Amino acid sequence: MKTHLHRTSWLAILLCTLALASSVFAGSPSSRKDAAAAGVVTYNTDADNLRLQGEQRFRANCGRCHAAPQKFPTRMMSTVLRHMRVRATITAEDQRLILLYMTQ
Amino acid sequence: MSQKRGKTACRCRQRSAWQVLALCLSILAARWSLAQTPEAEKPVPILSGSIGTFSFVTGGQNLIDSQINPVLLLPLGDRWLIESRAEFEGKFQRPPNGGPYGGPVDKHVDYVQIDYIASPYLTVTAGRFLTPFGIFNERLYPVWIRALQPDPLILPINTAPSDGAMLRGGIPVNAKANMNYAVYVSATSIGVGSVDSERHVGGRLGFFFPGPRLEVGGSWQKALQEERKNAFGFHLVWQAAKVPLSVHSEYARSFEGSGYWIEGAYRLSQSHFWQKAARRTEVAARAQQFYSGEIGPDGGEALGLPGTNTREADFGVNYFLRDGLKGVASYGRQFSSAGNFNQWTYGIAYRFLVPLGRTGAQ
Repeated sequence: MKTHLHRTSWLAILLCTLALASSVFAGSPSSRKDAAAAGVVTYNTDADNLRLQGEQRFRANCGRCHAAPQKFPTRMMSTVLRHMRVRATITAEDQRLILLYMTQ
Repeated sequence: MSQKRGKTACRCRQRSAWQVLALCLSILAARWSLAQTPEAEKPVPILSGSIGTFSFVTGGQNLIDSQINPVLLLPLGDRWLIESRAEFEGKFQRPPNGGPYGGPVDKHVDYVQIDYIASPYLTVTAGRFLTPFGIFNERLYPVWIRALQPDPLILPINTAPSDGAMLRGGIPVNAKANMNYAVYVSATSIGVGSVDSERHVGGRLGFFFPGPRLEVGGSWQKALQEERKNAFGFHLVWQAAKVPLSVHSEYARSFEGSGYWIEGAYRLSQSHFWQKAARRTEVAARAQQFYSGEIGPDGGEALGLPGTNTREADFGVNYFLRDGLKGVASYGRQFSSAGNFNQWTYGIAYRFLVPLGRTGAQ
């Protein structure tokens, strides 16, 4: 029982450490640079083009399982897409573009 | 004496373990509090889910299945999500000697998990989660999503919920392919609620090709208890580019049995006749086969699998009345050495989505 508890504790710690390491890695300067570059793309590229990309990503990813839902307020779609990112393992870029498409 | 010292050392180790855990969580919380999402895009908690009521007429015996599956989504900061789905399902039948409908109402938690989006390519999940073996269990199970309401015959194979931890994510390999993966460990064989989990490890790997809209993948699972059996499966999803046709398929092989199903769903949106009704209509067909495994007929039936080798074909129509609301009807015929029979299904499925906070302007 103790051994089991002990193992569980260490498993939890191992996962937390891994998550923390990933978090630190995700927040490293190179990642920030990527994020900044992505931001530049978002705000400097033609909005129609991004929306079109978002629609394509929506049809390719979400359309694999279900029909298109109606559009909801941005803050609701933001939650739904976070859920779908986990559930459907869509990429971070797909999540961003689909959110843009679903809220425009 | 040495036993006492051992106990003290064990407590110390446990205490230091929890201290490290608390430290990690504090750092993560600090990073979360520094996160910056534009106010207009800050996610709000949501109560979503589906409601459905169906009539399954199997071999002349009617079963009314009414269910509600609420899903709670609770986002925290930029990277966290707590999500849970419960299932309340009543199965009502008339007794053989007549009388009013009656039957059990099953209540259980399908998943309750916390997700941490650690990086663009990695999400860490802990808690009770849907086992990512194949695709139906995770992606197609909700009644408002599935094209045909009867479950595939092989659904019970290796899809018991997992209680443990999982790493998963999606990675763009290049412009023509994305990879998605999930690896998990279920650390307990004591279920929460009425559904038992088991100790196992497993993983799923899939590749999605946006050009041909094709996803192929495989799953593997190894039990860490009893006879430590292996199980594996494959899945395929394809969407035609020029016509509104989607195809899903799965194959699974395990100690409990093996089998496959393949399903096509076609939206009549390109029809030249009765366009108003046709664009809301979807027709679907599924073919499937199941082969009994080493577990035997009684063990298989206890899991919800057919007791003998079985084949089944289903055809159905879905009519989308409005967003999230559809009427469904299907006919299927099952063939097995235990007897052949028809299965008619009709009913209605609804998906709801309610914000639990201020959403601001659209």
